[in-house]
Order: sequence, then structure tokens, then C-alpha cells
Amino acid sequence: MRADPADYRLVSPGNLLGALSLLASEPAQWLPIAGGTDVMVLYSAGKLTNRNLIDIWNIPELRQIEVFPDRISIGAACTYTVLRQHEIVSREFSLLATAASWTGGIANQNRGTLGGNIANASPAADSLPALLVYDAVLTLISVRGERRVPYRTFHTGYKQTILAADELILNISLPRRFSKYFSHARKVGARNAQAISKVCLAALGQVANGAIRDVRLALGSVAPVPLRLNETEKMLTGKEIEPSLIDAARKSVLKEIRPIDDIRSTARYRSAVACNLVTEFLAKLAAEGAAA
Amino acid sequence: MTVRHIIGASVPRKEGWDKVTGAARYVDDMALPGMLHGATVRSTIARGKIKQIHFGPGVDWNEYVVVSAKDIPGKNCIALILDDQPCLASEFVNHPEEPILLLAHPDRPKLRKAVEAVSIEYDSLPALHTIEESERQSTIIWGRDNTFKNFLVEKGDVDAIWKKAAHIVEGEYFTGAQEQLYIENNGVIAAFDPKNGVTVWGSLQCPYYVHKALITLFALPEEKVRVVQMETGGAFGGKEEYPSMIAGHAALLAMKSGRPVKIVYDRMEDMAATTKRHPSRTRHRTAVSKDGRILGGEIEFTIDGGAYATLSSVVLSRGTIHAGGAYYWPNVRIRTKAVATNAPPHGAFRGFGAPQSLFAMERHMDRIAQVVGISPVEVRRRNFLKSGQTTTTEQTIKENIDLDRLLKRALELSDYAAKKKRFAEKNKAGTNRKGIGIAAFLHGAGFTGSGERYLNSLVGAEAGADGIVRVLVSSAEFGQGTNTVLCQIAAEALGLPYENVSIAQPDTSVVPNSGPTVASRTAMIVGKLVQSAARGIKETLTKTGLLHEDYSPEQFRAACKEYIATHGALKSYARYEAPPDVFWDDEKYRGEAYAAFAWAVYVAEVTVDLTTYSVTVDDFVALQEVGRVLHPVLAEGQITGGVAQAIGFALYENVVWQDGRMMNNQMTNYIMPASMDLPPIRVFFEENGNVHGAHGAKGIGELPMDGPAPAILNAVEDATGVRFCSIPLLPEDLFEALRPEFNEQAVPSSVRGIA
Ligand SMILES: Cc1cc2nc3c(=O)[nH]c(=O)nc-3n(C[C@H](O)[C@H](O)[C@H](O)COP(=O)(O)OP(=O)(O)OC[C@H]3O[C@@H](n4cnc5c(N)ncnc54)[C@H](O)[C@@H]3O)c2cc1C
Repeated sequence: MRADPADYRLVSPGNLLGALSLLASEPAQWLPIAGGTDVMVLYSAGKLTNRNLIDIWNIPELRQIEVFPDRISIGAACTYTVLRQHEIVSREFSLLATAASWTGGIANQNRGTLGGNIANASPAADSLPALLVYDAVLTLISVRGERRVPYRTFHTGYKQTILAADELILNISLPRRFSKYFSHARKVGARNAQAISKVCLAALGQVANGAIRDVRLALGSVAPVPLRLNETEKMLTGKEIEPSLIDAARKSVLKEIRPIDDIRSTARYRSAVACNLVTEFLAKLAAEGAAA
Repeated sequence: MTVRHIIGASVPRKEGWDKVTGAARYVDDMALPGMLHGATVRSTIARGKIKQIHFGPGVDWNEYVVVSAKDIPGKNCIALILDDQPCLASEFVNHPEEPILLLAHPDRPKLRKAVEAVSIEYDSLPALHTIEESERQSTIIWGRDNTFKNFLVEKGDVDAIWKKAAHIVEGEYFTGAQEQLYIENNGVIAAFDPKNGVTVWGSLQCPYYVHKALITLFALPEEKVRVVQMETGGAFGGKEEYPSMIAGHAALLAMKSGRPVKIVYDRMEDMAATTKRHPSRTRHRTAVSKDGRILGGEIEFTIDGGAYATLSSVVLSRGTIHAGGAYYWPNVRIRTKAVATNAPPHGAFRGFGAPQSLFAMERHMDRIAQVVGISPVEVRRRNFLKSGQTTTTEQTIKENIDLDRLLKRALELSDYAAKKKRFAEKNKAGTNRKGIGIAAFLHGAGFTGSGERYLNSLVGAEAGADGIVRVLVSSAEFGQGTNTVLCQIAAEALGLPYENVSIAQPDTSVVPNSGPTVASRTAMIVGKLVQSAARGIKETLTKTGLLHEDYSPEQFRAACKEYIATHGALKSYARYEAPPDVFWDDEKYRGEAYAAFAWAVYVAEVTVDLTTYSVTVDDFVALQEVGRVLHPVLAEGQITGGVAQAIGFALYENVVWQDGRMMNNQMTNYIMPASMDLPPIRVFFEENGNVHGAHGAKGIGELPMDGPAPAILNAVEDATGVRFCSIPLLPEDLFEALRPEFNEQAVPSSVRGIA
């Protein structure tokens, strides 16, 4: 461990108002810590620059899942284990449940939270593509009040978000209108578990009368932010899945993504695999449509 | 009464209970009164002259003990073979992460900031980072020609053979560095007092290597240096030479501060600064007859030793001797060298050069098969070494080994023929490709050539008045089962129950020098000496008339008690004696390289996923002839673990280098395979015995590291038709080879399986 615990301060208000007041009291001085699975990695490497931490693990409003007729609202500090075990999540939002099952090992899933994954804003984060295709809406809260923002507007650049220094993510709301969609998720990491994604895909689709009625594609690790493939989706909608369409989709994917070379992989590899994952999804969607 | 079935039975591990219950004590579990913590200030550049050292602001330097090369009382080196590696760099640095200063403080977290507050100015010098750069000698970084060691093995007349060849087959093969990744990082505690000298407790494989290094570093007599091995959480060769360095550091701080000092690396420091497997390049040029028989050939094997000589010459030696594999070469010339680069020195790692040169040999055999137009099975069958033939070093194979039969059994166990056919059919469609590959190989047990003779190992056994016999060896337990197997051997020799034998904690003030715990030598060579020492106890008691044949443990105890009452102690020692028929010529590199070889045939089955370009090993058969299995569970564990580690070597573990520094020195980014990446590893043994080993045992610890990588790459070629010659073979490499035409701007069609 490379940090000196004496340099850090951890406060645990235990309630939402206490946490928000503290956040607002000294602007940009306090860092929320939920499961700590990202924060503690930095800490132990001696790279955590924030010295004041607010524990938000034990705030009830952040830990609950509420099910409404038209949506589900997930408290930001719900863990991956909770998500995996939740009946509605696993039935209607399988892309999210699957992403939760990919996220590190059991220990990590017992601590890591969905809100932490969002706020940490890594382009390689596994659950974020799922949130993009499900049209998630975030509720952000501060002493100044609440605001609801579409998740797709949350990331503004590499590790940059619209979250203000005094704000917390309160919950993540997902509309319950995708249960009939065909869904497909695939993570490509350097090994089958406990690996940061080189590319990951979350995809939803519906075929009617041989043509794509609706399609939603999002990729991780191919751009500075988790990426929804808007152009490719537009291009695919209304069309019949055939080899020429898949070719066109691959070309379109390449236009939308902006992968890089880094310590884990190469831009070329990521590009090719991103195309292959979309191809694989479309092939499965076609087979699904043919069977239906 | 004789107690039966201790050898060959899976008795409980001696230290197993303590490990499972958490009672086992590792070095970081230990603290001494007044102890300080130590840390290391390391070079940030690959090569240069140290100009100035600044102790930055923000740190109260009065609180810290600071040691530099000037504080070394003896010779500033880590004594090993050539003594060229400084303990602390004083004028020049030759690799990143080279130790320059040592700091100690009572409060462990206070060290990191201090290390970061030291800044060092350098005049940097040109550095070399690959074998090719080192060979070009654009700058000389070591000795006269950047070369630590050369070997030349010559058998027959290679130059005359080329014109007789129906085919000349060439190939070039590469292997990468690999980190040992023991669970417990390197760590020691050192204490110093003017009267008793230096004592070190540490996580280590070779107590007497550390002992020797400290004697030189401190200019102390032997008896004033004491080294104690603590419970050690894995080693794999990574704690063969490096502990001498960290022990020296802690001891220097202890001497200067007058207090005990603990240094335990974290994972990042351990990965960046300590040894790794030597990267290698092998070139083969082979003359082959029309029917696929090897007529002769040239093998050029080169390893990257890093910045200092350390163990490179011996790693090279083992790689050299294994370069020809398990085949008969009527004529061969093997030229090998270890070269210097400006990386932290590469060092011992399970297999010790053999996995590198055998990777090349076993990939090359598949190449020969293709050129000749026969199967990988047939090419091996036609060239296997047979009893009575000689190896590349002209060692006559005296044991009765039938590799043909071993191969046949491995093929049956893996259902090779049927799978091969099935895969060829299945591979015509879909987005997966399946393949199956084999590797046949050997691994020499014990020190190379005359090594065992030089080691001159000594082993002891001591009986107590309670009738418990204690084995006295410097051979260390680090997970592989040393304690258990040596106690089994002693119990068997004494006709006592396993519980009546114990083993001393390796402590140079207590145990004799039974040599380092390396080279798959412990069960075979040290085991044989343990057997003799134990027998000596029995003989002493029978000769003095205190014990008669067919005794019970009770009678044994009574005899011990009586003997000790009159004589004070009951000890017996056995020293290594070189077998009379083992001869080795160090000059010509010719003769009996090893007292025994273990033999193996491995079969790997893989799937290549064309969507992600990743390779998964689906099934693995490991069949080996090992003389005698002393402990089935431990033996199988060695093979399973070794195969897993070798799968990492082949497909996952990639050290990302930048200017001689490891950039991915974290387990997040240095990827070793985990349980979900590993196939069922099916382990089978054959036991032909071995006159040179205890109960016929041969060494097996390193063997399983040799075969998997080539078997897997052979399988990948079978699956894809693409010839890969370099490991680690990562998905990115497969992608570039399978889709060279891929263009991020215009993607060609690759749509398959659409209805
Ligand atoms: C061993 C291991 C394996 C991992 N594997 C994966 C993986 O496979 N895939 C993957 O995507 N991730 C992985 N991670 C990363 C991590 O587990 C996830 O990003 C997790 O979701 C982070 O949640 P947390 O609650 O632990 O975040 P924390 O570490 O507590 O916080 C992370 C960041 O989010 C902020 N934050 C947290 N909650 C809120 C909130 N409610 N409002 C505002 N800001 C907030 C914090 O201030 C901090 O900046 C892994 C981590 C580890 C240690």
C-alpha cells in the first residue's frame, strides 16, 4: 500500500442530507466513496489526490430499488450482487444483470455499485453500455435540489461528466419497455473473468416482418466515453438483415468509434472486434427474427 | 515392524494444517521490538551516470535512516557467479528500478513520500533493450561485447550434412519475459549486532545463497551471518537470487540504524524491480531426409539476460542442453549466448531456459513435418531418442525409455486421431476453429553437468530422545511439498510412521548446506541424501546394539533415549557423491548433462474464436514418465500448476516494456490466466524408476513448464493454418495474422452464418 492513512479523513454521516451538506460545505474538497472499489485502488497505489472522503455506503435512499408500473428506479449505491439477485432486473434488464455478473469477482460485486461505475466514468466500464441502450435517466441531487437528466448526456469527455462537485447520483431509472426485445451482450477482456474490457457490447433489437423495427447498440472501450451507435442504429432501422446490410453496419461502426492503442490492446484490434460483435449480434437477431 | 506405503501415499502436508488455519508465519507476520521499515530509492532511467542526489523538501530527513553504497562494509556486489551486480548503484545505473539508496523509518506509510521526495540527476547514456540491439553493439554496456556467456555444443560433422539433405528447414522462434507471480511478494527482516553479526529472516528458496551474498557484502566470517527461511508463499525461481539483494538492503539499514529492519515489497515494486524469465530467440536450420529423419542441424539460442550476469550463464546452459529436445541428432551444432540489455536482470523461473529452447524445438518439429509432408505424430516418432542413443551432448541414454509408447498412450488419452478428423470437418463453417497439437520433450533433473559435484551437498538427520527424527536440510518449502516428501523418505528409510519424522526450519545456524532449492533437484538428489542420513541413524543404533531389525516406534524411541543419554546427541550426515558413470566436460560441453531425464508427451486442444481472435485451451493431457511418484497429490499438483503457468506463458502473460521498464506492473494489466481460463488438466504418470533418485524419483517441478506452450501453438496452427512462432500469442497477434487486410476505413465482408 502506497498511501499514508494519516493523510486522509473519512466521514460517515449516515444520511443523505448530512452527506449533501458536507459536499456543499467546502466546494470540491470532498469525494464520495460508495463501495470504494475504484477509490481504494487509487488509494492503495498512492494516487488518490482527494484527502477528504464521505462515506455514502450507508445512506438508505441510495440503497433501494423501487419498481413502478412503467419504470424501475435503482438507488445509486446498489451493488452488483443486489442487481444480479433482483427479479425484475434479471428478467427485464438482462443486459444490466449480465454486466453486473462480469464486474470483477464476487467480492467486488458485493461492494461495487452502479452509481460508482457511472461516476467513475471509465470508458471501459461494463454496465454503462447497458444503461445507454435502456435509455436510463439519472436523478442527481444536491442541497440545491434534484435534477433528472438523460444518461446519454452525462459523459462529456474522457472521465468528464456533468456531475457538479456538490452533487450525488441519487438513482438510475430505467423505463420498462424493453422486455420483448432480443438482447445480446458480450464482453471481450484479456481473460474470462476479472478483466477490464478491451471491447464490450450491449445491444437490443426487434425484428418485425423480416425488417429491423428498432435497434439499440452501445459499446464500451472504443471511445473516450461509453458510446451509443446512433448513426449505425439509424442506418439499420427498417432494413432487412442481409450480408450487404451487415457490411454497411460494419462500415458505419468504424465511422462512429474512436478507439486507441493502450496498455491493454490496440485501436485496430478494438475496431475489428467492435465490428465483429455487431455482426454477431445482427446474425443472432436475424436468426431470432426468422424463428419468431 | 516396518511401516508400509509411506512412499507413494498422499500423506498430509507437514505444514498444511498451519497454512490452512492461518497459523503459518510469513515474514510480514513477524515483528521485532524497535523494528524499522525499509524502502528503496530506485533509478528512473535505463542507463546513465548519477550526477547528484537531492533530498527534497516536505520531509523531515532527521527521522530517516539513509544508506548509500558508501555504507557497505564489504564488497558492493550481490555475490553469486560473477559478482558484477552492485547491491547499491553508486556511480552508474544500468537499468530502471536499480537500487540506489535505502531509507528506513519506524512508520511504514511514511516511507513512500520520502522515496518520492528523493530526486536524482543523471547524465543519461544510450541504452539497449532487445537481443538484436545488444548484438549490434552500437554501444557496449557490459564486458567487451555485451555477452555474459557463450556455449558451443558440437556433435558429428554438421557442415558435411547439408548436401545430403532432402529438405533444409529453417525457423525462428521467440519467447517473452514472464513474471513468477508468487502470491507473497519478496520480503525480509534483518537484524545486526556487532557481536553476532547479521541475521536475516526471509521469504526465500536458497538460504545459503543469501548467506554467501551477505558474507561478501559485510566482509564477515561465515558464523556471523545467519539466514532463516520463513514460511514462503510461492517462489517459482523468483526467490532464488533476488532475496540476496533485498536481504542485503535490510541488513545494511539494520547495521546503520542499530535496529531490526523489515522490507516487504508491494506488488508493483515486486513486479517492476525483481527478476523475470529470460526472453529468448532461437533459430533452427535442420537437414532432413526425404522420409523426415533429422540428419543434422544448427541451433542458435540467445537469451536476454538484462543488465547484470546474475544466473544467466546457468539458465543458458540448461536451455542449451535442452535445445535438441527429445530427439536423436546424429550431427548438430548448438551455439548459444546470453546478452546484456538495460532491463532489470532476468533470472530463475521454473524451467530455467528449457521452456524457451524447447518451445522452439517443438514448434520446429511441426514445421519439419509440414515441409516433409508427414504428420506431427510421425515426424516425432521417426526422430525420438532411443535407449542406447546419444543426446546432443553425447550422453548415452542408459535408461529404458520408449517414447513411441508414451506418445501412443498420450494420443489415446486425448482421443487425438478422432478429434483431428472431427475438427477438420467442423472448421469448414462457423466462427470458431478447433485444433489439436502435441509436444514431446524431456527435462533434466538436478544441476547441469558438473553442478552437483560443485554443490557437494550435505544433509543431516537428528533423532531426539522422544524418538522423533528431524530432517536437517537447507532445502526450502515454498508450496511444492519439500517438507512432506523429504519426511516421507526419511520415515520410509527408518521404518517409522510419517508422524515420527519432522523437518527443521531452514536456518543456516542449524541446517547443513544441502544446496539451493532449484533445478528439480530436491526430491531426487536431496531426497536420496535424506535417505542415507536417515539410514545412518538406524545403523548407529543397530551397531551399538540398542536396536534390532524389525523394531517398533516404541523400541526406536527407547533406543534413541538411551543413545542420547550416553552420547549427548544422535545425528547422521550424508554427503553427495557423484555417480562414477556420470562424466561431464565443461570445456567441450559434452558428456552426461543430467543424472536423469523425465520424459513427457503433452496434448493440447484449442478453440480459436474468430469474433474475438482469442484462443481457449479446451482440454489438456499431460502424460509423463517421472521415475517414481512419491506423493500422488503433490505430484499431480506440480503438473497441474506447471501447465497452468505455461498456459499463461503461451497465451496471456505479456510484459509491456518501455525503455527497459515494465509498464504493466499490476495484476490488472499483467494478465495471468485464472480458473475460468483453464481447461481440465488431465495428468497421467508412468514410473520407470531411476537409480540416481530416492526410491527411483526424478525431478518433476519444472517439467510441466516446458511442453504446453509449443503444444498450444501447434494446436493453434492446426486450427487456423497460420504459423505462429512467438509467445505470448495474444488475440491482437492472431487478429493481425488472420486479418492482415483489415482496414479501419473500409471493412471487407466477413459475414457468415446469416440465414
Ligand atoms: C478487482 C476489481 C475488479 C473490477 N472489475 C470491473 C469490471 O469487470 N468492470 C467494471 O466496469 N468495473 C470493474 N471494477 C471497477 C469498480 O468495481 C466499478 O467501477 C464499481 O462500479 C465502482 O463502484 P464503487 O461503489 O465501488 O465506487 P467507488 O470506488 O466508491 O467510487 C467511484 C467513483 O464514483 C464516485 N461515486 C460513487 N458513488 C457515487 C454517487 N452515488 N454519486 C456521485 N458520485 C459517486 C466516487 O466519488 C468515485 O469518484 C473493478 C474493480 C476492482 C477492484
